[in-house]
This record gives sequence, C-alpha cells and structure tokens, in this order.
Amino acid sequence: MPLLEISNIDVSYGDVQVIYDLSLNVNEGEVVSIIGGNGAGKSSLLKTISGLLKPSAGRIRFQDEDVQGAAPEDIVERGLIHVPEGRRLFSLMSVRDNLEVGAHSRRARAHRERTLREVHAMFPRLLERSDQLAMTLSGGEQQMVAIGRGLMAMPRLLMLDEPSLGLAPILIKEIFRNVRKIAESGTTVLLVEQDVRHSLELSNRGYVLEHGRIAMEGSAKELMDNPHIKTAYLGI
Amino acid sequence: MLYYLQDVIDGVLMGSIYGLLALGLTLIFGVLKVINFAHGSFLMLGMYVAYWTVSLTGLHPYLSLILVVPAMFLFGYGFQKALVQPIFKAESDVREPITVIIVTTGVWYILDNLALLLFGPDYRALTPNPLKGKMLELGEIFISLPKLYGCISALVTAGALTWFLRATRTGRAIRAVSLDREAASLMGISQWRIFAVAMGIGTSIAGISGVALTPFYNVYPTVGVPFDVKCFVIVVLGGLGSIPGAMLGGVIIGLVESLGPVFMTATWTEAIVYGLFLLFLFVKPSGLFGVKYDW
Ligand SMILES: Nc1ncnc2c1ncn2[C@@H]1O[C@H](COP(=O)(O)OP(=O)(O)OP(=O)(O)O)[C@@H](O)[C@H]1O
Ligand SMILES: [Mg+2]
Repeated sequence: MPLLEISNIDVSYGDVQVIYDLSLNVNEGEVVSIIGGNGAGKSSLLKTISGLLKPSAGRIRFQDEDVQGAAPEDIVERGLIHVPEGRRLFSLMSVRDNLEVGAHSRRARAHRERTLREVHAMFPRLLERSDQLAMTLSGGEQQMVAIGRGLMAMPRLLMLDEPSLGLAPILIKEIFRNVRKIAESGTTVLLVEQDVRHSLELSNRGYVLEHGRIAMEGSAKELMDNPHIKTAYLGI
Repeated sequence: MLYYLQDVIDGVLMGSIYGLLALGLTLIFGVLKVINFAHGSFLMLGMYVAYWTVSLTGLHPYLSLILVVPAMFLFGYGFQKALVQPIFKAESDVREPITVIIVTTGVWYILDNLALLLFGPDYRALTPNPLKGKMLELGEIFISLPKLYGCISALVTAGALTWFLRATRTGRAIRAVSLDREAASLMGISQWRIFAVAMGIGTSIAGISGVALTPFYNVYPTVGVPFDVKCFVIVVLGGLGSIPGAMLGGVIIGLVESLGPVFMTATWTEAIVYGLFLLFLFVKPSGLFGVKYDW
C-alpha cells in the first residue's frame, strides 16, 4: 500500500479549474518527481495535499487514512510536510526561530533538540547564522532554512516545491545533494522541479504534469529516455 | 522651566498608559491585520470589572488584576471565536475584511449601551481607593502615584509581552502567523487558535489599562471613546504592529496633550493630534519605526 495515494482529484480556484482527475502514488522510501512547465499546476497539487486547498472531487489518503479536506495543521501532525515554493521564510525572525517554528507540531516538539542537531549537521551554515534574520540571508541559505524548517517537523513524507528555484548552479548541486541525503536517511520525498535532469537523476519515479493533468508517468530512467521529455524538458 | 517639567512628567505618565492600551490594539492588528474598533469598549469593560471587584470585595485596586486579566482574556478569546472568526472564514480570500470593521464597531455600540443600561450614566469614582489623590513630592514637582504605577505597569506589560513573543512557543507562533499565515499553517500552527489567543491577550491588555486607570479616572459607559480615538492615532504613529512604537506613540500623544494647553487653547491640541495622525497616514503610513518591524 502506498504511503500517499491520490485518486482522481479535481482542484479549482473559484471557477477556474487547475487540476483535472489527477491520480498519483508515492511509496514509502521513494523519491518521486513531479515535472512540468510554468502554470502546469504543480504547486496547486502540493497545496492540495497539504490542505491549503480543498479538492472538489477525489480522495487523498496518507498512511491509509483520508486527509482530503483536513486542516493543514492536522496534516502536518501526521508527518506530511510541505516546503513551499519561494521558501516563505518568516522574514523578520531569526534563523533559529524559523527552525524552532518548524518543530511546532506536537509530534516534532518532543524531539526538537535532536532534530536541530541533525539539521545543523546537514547545514552547518545555519548554525553560524542562528541569530541572523532570515530576510538577510542569501538565496541559497534561505533555501537551506526552508528545507531545515521542513526537517524540523520530522517528515514522513517531505514535499519540496522547486527548491532549486533562482539559485546559482553550484548551489543547485548542493541542494540536490542534500535532498539525496534526506532520502537516504529514510525520508520519503515528493519533489516538484523544473530542473528536470537533476531531479530525475535522484528520483525513483516521476510524473509529468501538463495543463493540470498527468501527461506521463514512469520510472526516472524511462522518463529521461522518452523523446517527448528530451525535447520538451531536457532541451536535447 | 520647572513649570514645563511638571507638564512633561504628567504627559509621559499619562502617555505611557495610552501606550499600554495601544499595545493591545497593535498586537491584535499585527496578527489579524484588522483594527478592532471595540478596543475602547474593552477598556471600559475592564474598568467596570475592576470597579465592581474593588467595590464589592474591598480588594486593593491593583489586586483586581487577578480577576480582570483572565476574565478579559476569555472575553477576547470568545469574541474572536464567536464573532470575528466566522467572518474571516466566510471571506477567506479577503485580506482585510471590511465586515470585521463593521462588526467590531457594532460590538462597540452594543457594549457601550449595555453598560449604560446596566450601570446608568453615572461617573463612578473607585471606592475604596487607597491611592486617591496620592502624590509623590519632589521639591516643587508633584507626581501622581497612581499615574506613576500606571506607567510602571505599562513598562512591565510591554516587557512581558516582548519576552512572551520572543521566547515562548505560542509567542513565536503568533509572530509566524503575523508574518505569513499560510507558511505558518504549513508549520502545523492553527491560525484560528492564534487569532483567538492574540485577541485574548490584546483584550486582557485593555483590562490591565483599565485597572491602571480606575484609581484616578472615573468609570462611565462611554469612557472608552476618547481612549479609542487616541489609540488609533498612537498605533498609526508608532507603526502598526510594533511594541516600542505603541509605547513611544503613547508618550508623544501624552506630551502633546499635556504641553499643548500651555501654548495654545485646548481645541488646538486636538487638532494637532489629528493633524499628526493624518500627516503620518500620508507621509509615513508605516509609522516611526517603519513597516518592517517585528514587535
Ligand atoms: N491563488 C490563485 N488564484 C487563481 N489562480 C491561481 C492561483 N494560484 C495559481 N493559480 C493558477 O493555477 C494554475 C496552476 O498554477 P501553479 O502555481 O499550481 O503552477 P505551477 O506548476 O506550480 O507553476 P510554476 O512552475 O510557475 O510554479 C496557473 O494557471 C495559475 O495561474
Ligand atoms: Mg509552482
């Protein structure tokens, strides 16, 4: 049984439907990529999974329980954690406070000192910058805080929305290296990316989202070898 | 010179109590992003609770805090849950629902009239009042003791609130919600709970202001109105959602009020207060400390 099982969901903003009859699975221990161009509906999909948007139809099951329509804070409590697009740090709070807030849930709070040490081990820079306001960090450091804040919530499934967005190539490599580390430590990852090559390289499987529909799915290798993907997303 | 010093001291003391009241309003604004027009009525409520506690039990005026703070917290919490939250839910895509302004204004009228019905229009002076007319004499300067204690309570409250927001889990959650609601909910923070807690704290601060005022200020049903108006001015002056801004704004208004009459007729002081208000709205809507200020 999959860890996350999405069946036939429709999602709309008011009258405008952005996701159509979408189904998708993520198994325990997998890294799954969702790729797709601007406006395909990737962020809307993650927002729906994390409870910020309610699907008008369909089901979302996490650990074999229905979560569609649940409040975001209840979904966080289950260990389904969403690191949003554009980082969305608490700009006027220190790095340490941002990380602390990440461990707000009851489940994560008890372990927060140990988790904080793990986050600092992964991103030593964040320990150095503990007292600095989040808004004064560089883009790469901000992304580290965003991911670290997600890890503070002790995710069973970590959803990352375009973690490489707006970063220099060298930082992109570092971010992906860390995503790989997170996956290797046993956390299941659902990765939304426009950097298709890097994300498929570390994924087991992927889905291609076009105009709110799943256009294609398969193993990472199948997708990378697919001629449509090569021309449309890899630019080969 | 000494003559002015007396007015300066009076202005600073009274102004710090205005600042205390504004602290509650600015906290509520910082988190909910709406002005609570019933804040002055909450002050009136706190003053009556303090007044009745003291006159029925004979407690020392400041001991009424034991009742006023929790009672006002629960009142604010319930007010948010029962009246404001449903509007936020119904207008979830509106950032500053105008309906909230209408409803809080409605609550202001209802509370003031309820007080009129229940307690009559009388101006009530606190009895027993061990602080009545107590002065500290420093040479030719007289300092009203209850005002001095009010000023101290304002500083203590501002310090405690700052500590709470910085050092506690709920306090950090309040700051997170005020900075980015959606991101906060992705951290597992229930914005509805935080809204209610913030309204509760803001309302209990109005209660503390009430306790500070009753030993030297009469209670009557519309006592909140003049304070309400000053509070809006202060909060705009100090920058919406800033603790030091609220305190400093309060002191400025207190000084204008106490020094104004020395130089001009009283109506001019009012004009200056509103003039400052408009000036800031036009020239620097972010207030003295600027918009980017985290409490
Ligand atoms: N708050 C909103 N209100 C109305 N429409 C929205 C809203 N947010 C997104 N949309 C629309 O939904 C569609 C999908 O947007 P979404 O942000 O999910 O795409 P995306 O795949 O994440 O794109 P990108 O790669 O640019 O982040 C777009 O057409 C967008 O205009
Ligand atoms: Mg997106």
